[in-house]
Parts: sequence; C-alpha cells; structure tokens
Amino acid sequence: MCSLALFPPPMPPGHTTLCESNNELLSGAGAEDRPKQESSPLSLYFPRESLKLHSRTESSSKAAFLDHSETLWMRSAAAWRDGGFTGLLTEITNSHTEVPKWLSVSSGCTLALLRWISSFHGSLFPHLTLSSEDMIAEFSQVLNWSDCVVRAFAWHPHTDKFAVALLDDSIKIYNPKSATTPTLKHRLQKGVAAVQWKPLCASALAVACQNCLLVWHVDPCSLSTRPSSGCAQVLSRPGHSPVTSIAWSPSGSLLVSASPIDTAVIVWDVAAESCVPLQRLGGGGITFLSWSPDGSYILASTPSALFRVWETRMWTCERWPCVKGRCQSGCWSPDGSRLLFTVQGETVIYALTFADSPGISVSSAAGPQVAAVVADLSETTFNTPDGDIIIGGEIQCLAWDPRGERLAVLIQGDPQAAGRPAIIAVFKTRTNPIFELLPCGFVQGEAGSEPRLMQFHPNFQHGALLTVCWSTGKITHVPFYFLSAAAPPFGLSGSPLLPCPQERPSALTNQSLFTEFIS
Amino acid sequence: MFSTEQACWFIRKVICWRAVASIAWAVLLLPPITAVFVILSRFSLLHPIHTTSECLSLLTSTSAIFSFILLGGVVVMVGFLNLEYYTVIPTIACSKIALFGQLLHPRQFVNSLVHCMMGLIVAWCCTVTTGDRYEMLSYVCVQSDGSSQMCLNEYHLVFLLAGAFVGFSHSLLGVIHNMNYVSFHTVQQYKYLRFKGSLPLVVKCSATQALYSIRNFIVVYFFLGHIPRAWISKTLNLHLNSSVHTLDSIAGLLDLSLLYQLWISATFLLFTWYITLLLFRIFVTEVYSFPVQSSFTEDAHLCLPKVLTDKQPMILKFLAMQDLALLSQRSPSRRCEVFSLSQPGGHPHNWNAISQECLSLLTDLTQRLVVYHDTVATNGRAKSLSAGSERKTSSETSVTSGTEDLMSPRPSVLMKTPASVFARSVVGGPQSPLTAPFTPDLDSPFASPALRRLTAPVEQCSPWYGTVQSPHIMRRAPKLWSTSTDSQGNGSPLSAASVHTSKQETSQPSLLAQFLQNRKEQVKNFLAKRVLIMYLFHKLPEASSQALFADSQAHIWALEGLSYLVQASFSEDQFGVVQTTLPSILSCMLVLQEAVDRHFKLPHASSKPVRSTSSMGDSTYKTLRFALRATLKTAIYRITTTFGDHLNAVQVSAEHRKRLQQFLEYKE
Repeated sequence: MCSLALFPPPMPPGHTTLCESNNELLSGAGAEDRPKQESSPLSLYFPRESLKLHSRTESSSKAAFLDHSETLWMRSAAAWRDGGFTGLLTEITNSHTEVPKWLSVSSGCTLALLRWISSFHGSLFPHLTLSSEDMIAEFSQVLNWSDCVVRAFAWHPHTDKFAVALLDDSIKIYNPKSATTPTLKHRLQKGVAAVQWKPLCASALAVACQNCLLVWHVDPCSLSTRPSSGCAQVLSRPGHSPVTSIAWSPSGSLLVSASPIDTAVIVWDVAAESCVPLQRLGGGGITFLSWSPDGSYILASTPSALFRVWETRMWTCERWPCVKGRCQSGCWSPDGSRLLFTVQGETVIYALTFADSPGISVSSAAGPQVAAVVADLSETTFNTPDGDIIIGGEIQCLAWDPRGERLAVLIQGDPQAAGRPAIIAVFKTRTNPIFELLPCGFVQGEAGSEPRLMQFHPNFQHGALLTVCWSTGKITHVPFYFLSAAAPPFGLSGSPLLPCPQERPSALTNQSLFTEFIS
Repeated sequence: MFSTEQACWFIRKVICWRAVASIAWAVLLLPPITAVFVILSRFSLLHPIHTTSECLSLLTSTSAIFSFILLGGVVVMVGFLNLEYYTVIPTIACSKIALFGQLLHPRQFVNSLVHCMMGLIVAWCCTVTTGDRYEMLSYVCVQSDGSSQMCLNEYHLVFLLAGAFVGFSHSLLGVIHNMNYVSFHTVQQYKYLRFKGSLPLVVKCSATQALYSIRNFIVVYFFLGHIPRAWISKTLNLHLNSSVHTLDSIAGLLDLSLLYQLWISATFLLFTWYITLLLFRIFVTEVYSFPVQSSFTEDAHLCLPKVLTDKQPMILKFLAMQDLALLSQRSPSRRCEVFSLSQPGGHPHNWNAISQECLSLLTDLTQRLVVYHDTVATNGRAKSLSAGSERKTSSETSVTSGTEDLMSPRPSVLMKTPASVFARSVVGGPQSPLTAPFTPDLDSPFASPALRRLTAPVEQCSPWYGTVQSPHIMRRAPKLWSTSTDSQGNGSPLSAASVHTSKQETSQPSLLAQFLQNRKEQVKNFLAKRVLIMYLFHKLPEASSQALFADSQAHIWALEGLSYLVQASFSEDQFGVVQTTLPSILSCMLVLQEAVDRHFKLPHASSKPVRSTSSMGDSTYKTLRFALRATLKTAIYRITTTFGDHLNAVQVSAEHRKRLQQFLEYKE
C-alpha cells in the first residue's frame, strides 16, 4: 500500500509543475523557463471576467408583469400547466376566497400529505431535496462545480482536439490543426455537468445538461464558428434530469446516462433516439458512470452507500455496498480487469479485480468478493522551507492514463484552512507481477490557483499527458515522458480498443501488414 | 412461406417452440390479471370486506372458471395470430390509398373479423365477472299495463358491442402502427428483465388505448346504436323496456359507472392481448447461437455460413445476422472458427461465405439507393415525355400492388420483367385501369418503375432475391430502344397499351394514342385538383425513405459483423484470410457511404419522425436509416483506426484512397 508520506515534498508556492522527465517531476517558477516542445498542445486561459453570465434567474419572469385578475379557471389551468398537480393544489388552496370551502380545505390537506410523503422520501434520500444546480455540484466529478469557470473538459479519443464547457453554458471546440474554434450554444444547454466525444466518430459530442442530453454533430471540416442548434440531437426522458454523468461505449454504439433522481441507468441508441432503461431499486438514483475501456463493464454509483457494476453482455449487475459513504469516483484499468474507486468520507483508494476475462459469462461468484485498499491518502504534513503544508483528505476524482502507467488523484483539501490546498497527486502504477502504486509527485499550478478538473490525453505518444483545468480559468497540460514498460494495449482482451496507430511509427514502418508485433 | 425443407427446420424447431412458450406464459399470467380486473371492477370503498369476499367467491365459481377457459382460448388464439402475422420487415404504406389497401386486404379482413369475435367473447366474460345489471341479455320487466315480459338488457348489449368494437379497432390500429413488426433490441437483456421493464409501458398503453377506443365507441353508439338494438330485439323477440332510458341518448350515456366498467373491461382486454404480443416479441427475438462449423456434414445446413445465405424465412436470416454481429464482438473462440481454414484443402470457406453474404447485402442496399436517387434526380429535372409515360405504365402496379403485395408472397419474378407490369394491369381487374391514370403525383418517386420493383420485393419478404442490377438494366431496355425511334411518339404507345391491352405494346405510334394520352393528362389534371383524390394519392413524406431502409437492421448487423471481424483479424487472423477481402470490404463500405450521404441530401430523408411513446406499435423502423448511417461511419472508423497507416498498402482505387485518408485524419 502506498501512502502520501512516501511522496517527495511539494514545491514551494509559485512553482508550477512542468513535466515529468527522467523519473522526476520538473517545475519552474514562471512561464518563461518552460521547455520548448514541438508538439505541445495549446494551453488556454479563460478569465472569469470575459464570460458573459446570465443575469436571469431560474424562476419565471412572472414578477416583471403587472398582476391582473383572471378567473379561477384560467389561473387553475395556468397552474396546472406550469406547476403540475402540486401547482394546481397550491393555486386552489391560495384562492380560498373564491372556491368552496371544502375544496380549498381538501386540497390543502392533500398538499400537506404530499409534502409529508415527499419529505419522508427526502429523508430516506436527502439528495432529492437539493435543487438541480446543487445536485450537479454535489455529484459532479469537478471540484466546486458551481464556481468553476471550466465546467467540463473532454479530449477527443483519437485526435488532438478537445471540447471545453464554460461557465456561461457555451462549449468551445479547439483543434490545433484548424483555425476555427466552433462555439456551441443551445437553448437547452444549461448547467453542463459532463461532455464526452463519441469514440470511432469524428464529430459527435454528447453533453449532459440540466434538463436533457444533447448530442452535437460538429462537422470537423466546417468553417462555421457557430453551428446551429439544428446540429444537436436532444435526448430527453421524463424524470431523468439533471443528467450528471454520461459514458459512451468504447465501440461507439451506445451511450449511457445517469441522473441522481432516476433510479434507472438509461442506455441510449443515439442514432435511433431510442432508449432502454435499466431499472434497479435502491440507491435513490445514479450519480456517476464509467465504462471500462474494453467495454465489458460499467461502474454506476448511487447517492447512497452502494454502487453497482454492470456487465454489458446481458446487462445484469452486481451490488457493491460500501461501508461509509457513496462511491465518489472510479476508473478502470486499460484492459478493464481492475477498478479503482474512492468512497466519500474515506481517504483511501480501493481496488477491485475482475479476474475472469470478459468474454466468458460473468457470474457474481467469479467476481471479486471484497475490495482491497491500495493507497492511503490521509493527511500528511510536509515540512517545507516556507512552513508546513498539510496534504491529504477526501478524493474528488481519479484518472488513469490510457496505458495504465500513471494514476492522477485530485485531493479535495480544505478551502477554509490555509496550507491545505486541493492538489493532484500522481502515482506510478504497475500491474505486473503484482498490482502496486508507487509515488510520483504532486502537480501544482500557479500561486492561488487550485485544480478543479483533470483528464489524461487518450493517445499521447511519448508517455502520458495530463490536462488540468484550474480555478483561475487556465487549462494547462503536464506531460509525463516515459517509456512504456508494458506492451501497447493491443489484443489484451481479444478485441483491441483504441489502439494508437501512430504509436512508435519508426518501429512499425519496416513491418509488413499482418505480422504481429506483440507477443 | 416455409417452402424448402431446410428452411423449415428453424421454424419447426425454434420459432414454433418460442411462440408456444410465449403463449404458455401469457396463459399463466391470465389468472392474476383477471383477479386484478375483478377486484378493480367490483371494488367499492364503502364495503371493502364485503366486496373482497364477494370477489373471492366469484373467482372460484363455475361461471368464472368457464369464462376463464374462454379467456385462455382467446389468448391462445391471439398468440397464434401473432405467430401467423408477425414480420421482421415492416410494411410501409407510401400513400393513404396504399394504407386503405392494406386495411381492406382479405387477409387483414380475416384478422379483423377474428379480433372482433374475440373482443365479443372477452366482453361476455367481463359481463359475467362484473355481474350485477350487466350479466344477462334479457330480464323480466313489467310493462305499463301490468303484464310482465322478457325485455332486452341494453347494458349487456353495450358491453358486447364495445368488446367487438375495441377488438376491431385494435386490429385496425395494428395495421396502421405496424404492430405486427418485430424489432430487435440493441441491448440484450434476459427475458424476465425485459418483460419487467416493458410492463409499465404496456399498462399505460392499454389504459390510454382503451380510453380512446371507448370514446370512439360511445360516439358510434350514440349515432348508430339503435340499429343493433332493434335487430337483436327483433331476432330474439325481446321487448324494449320503455320505462328506462335508452343508452343512445345523452342521459343514458352519462352513466359514470357504466363508463368506468366499459373502460376497465377494455383495458383488461387490451392488456391481455398486449401482454401476449409483448411476450411473443421477447421470445422470438431472443438471441440464437448458430454453430460456425460442424464436424458432421449432415449438420452443415444448421451452421452460420449456410444459414446466412438462406433467403427464407426472414426471421432465420435476421437471427443469423444478429448472431454474427454478436460473435464478432464478443466471442474470440467463435471468431477463431470463422478465420479457420478447411481441413483438407485449406480454404477459408467460413470466412468466404460470411463475407460474401455481408458484402452482397451491402451492395444490394447501395444499388437500391443509387437507383432511387437516379429516379428522384430525373424527376427533378425536365421530364421527357417518354420518361413520364414509362412511369405511368408502372403506376398501376405501384398503386394496386400496394394493396395486394403485402401478405401474399407472389413469385417475385413477376415483378422483374416489364411484361409483368402489363400483366398486372389486366389481372388487377376493374380497379387498376381506374387508379392508374389518376395518380397525380408524377413527381412521386414511388410511381417510378425501377424503384417500385425494388421496394416491392422488400414488402414481399425477399429483398435479397436476385441481383439488383438486372431489373435496372431491363427497365432501361425499352428506353434505349425508344431513343432510336421518335422519342415523343414511342412514349404514348406504351402507356396506351398499358391501359387497353397487354399485347399491343410495340404497335403503331398513332394519332389515336396521342389523343388518348392528351385526354388522360386532362383527366388527371382535373382530378389532381380534387381534394379527396389528392388526399388519397399524396405521397406520405419520408415514407419512401423508410421503405427503402425497411430491412436495414440486417445491413446494420452486416456492417457491425464485418467491421468487428476485420478489427479482430488484425491480431487473431493467423492465416491472413481477411487480407484478401479487405479491399473489397473497404470499397463496398465506401461506396455505400457515398450512396447514403447522397440519400440524406434528399428532402424528407433527414427529417426526424415524431416519436410516439404511448403505442405498442414498434416505431424502430422509422429511424433505421439514421442507425444505418451511424453504424456505417463507425464501421469504417473501426477499420481505419485499427489498421492505421497500414491501409496505404491495401489496393483500392485512388478515389477511395482519398476517402480513406479523410477517415484516417478524422475529418469525416
């Protein structure tokens, strides 16, 4: 088991982590001593002031208009339309001077009963009482989502382009090879919790919004900077909002989405716009989904102390009750055989190993029986020249690079206390002969900025590339240069997924088409 | 349908047993459903204990058991009809008149009649279980003069008629919503879980559908209710009780209890039928695993390569394609068998058979799209007279065949030759000469011969019959011949001949023919302005697109199967058997991609259909073309991503290489 005490101490404030080279993390005090790289992807800066935010609040614009008297029928109809059944009851109860007494009393009683029932339900599942904004902030993988300039980030699985969702509900697509940066805006695109590109496709981008799910089709050859909202498919389903997590199947055929108030995982066939709900009782909703890279398992965590692992052959699931809190984050090893996850309220990383190879039928008996603790991230004090820094705490999210060699962990820290910043700890991982985590170092940004969100580049040729979005609105990329110890991820499970065609190009040029270069 | 002995084994051994299992489950589910129905129909809030005991005693009574046996018989019959009428390729009516043709087809008429009868039976059972005033058809009443006689119980009659009406409208809606279409799910779940997941939808559908049906029934009964009442009372010599309201009055129909009972009975009726349908769909679309190769030669016809090439029955073909798509994704050991070589000889027979079949499917679709696009494109430009007349000759088939092609599988050779066009116009009786010249939508691509021939086989459950090029060339043949002579003159004899006789087709380009042609144009223009005719013959938007892609589920599986196999061959194919077919696979996919792209530029092709959630009819077929487009792109990307720059070593044409380069750079 690895712990933070084994880590090299963090840099003094002001130093930013630049890259990993020769097995150590290099840092620099300013931007000028950043080493020149021929293929460094673009770093971006979104100042908070540059974004035009909505001044409009969520409630309707009813207050701006003069009140005028309508008949009771009209008001009831409007209340039914706007607020549904409870709205109608409230309207009847409020206008007790016009309706018969028995009607207002009975509707008041019904309303009270409904509220009592919903509060009872809410006491079982406290998250149901949150507003949808708060719910996204609570269950998002992004640290402090509601205050974040960059709310979601996604690398394209095959090329060097990426999508950035900003605080003003727009999404920008950056491609180093093209001068145009399309900006995606849509009437329904509010409160973006996650974005993800469709694998094996150049154009489709799925966006999890507050009320629905959008799938944009952005033509990579188009010169338009504002694709019309006709390019977006709207996928919605009653009772399935806000959507907090989405995941494409690695084969690109299906999309799953989750909402904390819906107990069903929705499997979408995006092209046909049809969906299959996978309903299981218990848990009160689904907060986070992660599809294993080989496509055979899906992690689905719930707001209660329970998560499920679905297998995607016959769509059955295993229940995994946790002891303490809900499963906050999780990530899969590249071959889909190992799941790392973290639990809210605990400072450790657990690992589950799925021994049976995907392809043989999955029975719960063949799966693992208990999760093992692989790393302890409890608070550790580092003595630095500038004073003590306490690092450690609960974990916000995990990211594993596509080769399975580096694991980045975003630790929440404590925003109130000084000297306890949120920080990214990076582990080296090794799967053979035994699975273990080794310390690598901390990734730090400029003074006063804390990491909010991170993702690995899906096919970086020289190692791993971690992209970090900072609280200041900056997006930086930290490369980890290393030689891959394991074979490239071909043929691990019989169905190679996301192979990197450009990998080691010089080694491949003199090989013929069908020779196997992997043992 | 089950023509050959070899195709028959699957129907006999698998499909029938699946149908029997689904019917058995439906019958087993009947008692709990009936119990819930009885409780709902009899329950009163004021006497809960009393009604509960009453329900219990009712459920164990002899009459209940008898009506239960009847209900079971009805469910078995519904299940049998499902098995008889189901299809995996939906029938898509391209105009209102074609839809009416479907509704009036004799086979459909029998179906409606049977449903009507079954509705009557179920309604009778409902009256027995509901009891009370609904139970008997006649009762003793006291007339105003003091004498007692047998009177007609109108409540009972309304119940029976409502049952028959709901059954009838169920069967009509089944045609309109393609309820006999069985679609395959992309998500394979266990049968129980699928059933459980669909149950809320079935409850919702049956309740809303019952509501609408009862509403319609009440309207009909309000206006026409006196006819059956008078007839029944006359035949059975029953009197009408003048002291109670008749039910076809407003006061009579405003009986909330009656309405509730009618609605709950109709819901019960539809629910049992929908459950039977749902179970049938779930059972029949279950994945069936075919062996890839067998060690015994007598079992060779059971193996995947052989089964894939079978034309009939379609369900076998679809299940085989589905199995191929699944094995190529998930099962390394079975993929290995596909890539293996035959033992003496060393030929990759399995791979050859499978890839050839998939490629021919895809080529077929490409051809279909190209021909369709050509027809639409020529229609868009200035119409030459010859082209116009040629279209007309075939419009007889296009209209009438819509009605008759549906169910009865005629030999598709009939549709292949130009002579068949004329043959139909003679055989078609009085209907075809009437309808033929009156089709106002000359621009409609569906009036075009080439396309018609292509879609007709689709509706005839044999879309893979023969090669596609041949009819195209054959169709062009008279055109070529005609260009050698006067182009204006030769159009008319064709059309004139089509109206009059089938024999004079090559005869004189006379003034008479020209005159007739002009007359016909005038009549047509006149009729085109009439609203009803326009309504009937107007082409439904996007229906032609839907019809083109009606069987595309098979193409989707073919694309998935091929692309996954090619992807797997990168690391698993030891003998390089895939390498030899890689160029043809790539070019086939690219050509199809081009055709699909061109098709989606047509009007209505890319408009999304309205999604209807509260209907048991499966509307998957409406979006198949989008699914095909997405799958095609993903399939090409799957191959290019796997092979990367190695694809430069593959022999393809320069144009395709350029296209592949686009895919390699992720610019498609």
